[in-house]
Amino acid sequence: MPSLTYVHPDGTKQSVEVPAGKRIMQAAIGAGIDGIVAECGGQAMCATCHVYIDSAWADRLPPVSDEEDEMLDDTVCERTAESRLSCQIPVTDDLDGLIVHLPETQV
Amino acid sequence: MSEPVVIVGAGQAGFETATSLRSKGYTGDITILGDEENVPYQRPPLSKAYLKGDSDPESVALRPRDYFASHRIDLHCSRRVTDIDRQMHEVELDDGSRVGYGHLVLATGTRNRALPVPGAGLPGVQYLRTLSEAQTLAATLPSCTSIVVIGGGFIGLEVAAAARTRGVTTTIVESLDRPMARAVSETVSKFFVDEHARHEVQWRLNTSVTEIVEKNGRAGGVRIATGEVIDADIIVVGIGVMPNTELAERAGLAVDNGIVVDLHLLTEDPAISAIGDCASYPNTAGTGRLRLESIQNAVDHARCVANRLVGNDLPYQSVPWFWTEQYASKLQMAGLVTGYDNTVVRGSLEEGAFSVFCFAGDRLLGVESVNRTRDHMAARKLLAAGKSLSRDECADPAVDLKALASA
Repeated sequence: MPSLTYVHPDGTKQSVEVPAGKRIMQAAIGAGIDGIVAECGGQAMCATCHVYIDSAWADRLPPVSDEEDEMLDDTVCERTAESRLSCQIPVTDDLDGLIVHLPETQV
Repeated sequence: MSEPVVIVGAGQAGFETATSLRSKGYTGDITILGDEENVPYQRPPLSKAYLKGDSDPESVALRPRDYFASHRIDLHCSRRVTDIDRQMHEVELDDGSRVGYGHLVLATGTRNRALPVPGAGLPGVQYLRTLSEAQTLAATLPSCTSIVVIGGGFIGLEVAAAARTRGVTTTIVESLDRPMARAVSETVSKFFVDEHARHEVQWRLNTSVTEIVEKNGRAGGVRIATGEVIDADIIVVGIGVMPNTELAERAGLAVDNGIVVDLHLLTEDPAISAIGDCASYPNTAGTGRLRLESIQNAVDHARCVANRLVGNDLPYQSVPWFWTEQYASKLQMAGLVTGYDNTVVRGSLEEGAFSVFCFAGDRLLGVESVNRTRDHMAARKLLAAGKSLSRDECADPAVDLKALASA
């Protein structure tokens, strides 16, 4: 089972084993990790599951859809080239070891 | 303040109040009293992914059970609050026990409006609001060949789309001349009538169900006002909900299609707030009072109250937004279009990607976007900033709405 590590803004880390197919957002919610709000439940309506993923992983992630691109313009913390909505990324075996950086705030 | 906060209702509004308080550093006791057996869960997927078989009870939970203990949120499920003692600052539960509060948040939500026709109590007549109702429907849909949906609102249309995706013969009966009439423009209603028709949904508009027809002790179909009988294995009733206001009424609080609150979401009792689907609050964008049933409303109300309780008291002023998904069409709405008298369409109805800008005179009330997230997000920002648009700006594809919104 792929293992993901969520890194909080203060540097603390939480690792979670996630069955493939779950979204990165769902995995965080299911593990009760603070820092991801996901108020719309993964429908790309709210931009409160914003995360930063190191560009080294970019080619293993699904491309940013137009919808996600629009929502990312509305995140509370600054959008960077590493910004993603974690509800739009299914966990795959390829993502074993992924580091997910959480923003200071989502709302 | 750090007096105990007691929240009645474990839906999205109640949950968000508790979690927002903790994230804002509130250190006092927080109790959530909910009358359902499940930990707080999301309702939007219940009429969407859940019915298509893409979901399970755990995946709709807002947080796992141990989250509440680890965040010192005292969650009580399957507990009903029967009374509020405003003098003593206590609520009474169905077992007679009492819980004291410094501040009380009523997030009691809604309940289904019951179908008032003969046969409505037969097995096979189902509703869809709770997880348990969704589980029943998700379990019966795969073995069913035909369904009648009563009510052409968001829930009814989403159920119809899920049923058609499973190949179930589907009829929608709606008493008005168009679906979602309370919430969307005629253009959007018409688009979704056609969209469902393309997926072979049978429409019965402008008519109502007069009787549920019995077959072998179960619901076997419906009779409508024209006399026609439509056979179905399952009847799903989606004719709206009613706010749960009785608790507030018994406590002597004002009720007007919802628990009456001011712009700070406070009732007339400064120790009691009401939020989410059950709250009736002043409409800052128009006249009268509003009571909305949506995630945005629940979540933003909850945050407004949580802010006040940690000393950051600001009036509620969020722009409403909603969404629904039916087949490949995602409808996103910003603002409230009630009372519109003219519209401008941007994009293409034929291609299923367009926005309808709804105006009262030259004032922009709201924007409805189908598969046009860019327009939707621009609309949210424009409305929040109190900016209007000219009809020409809306119609001209060369005008960058997003740039106008950020200007």
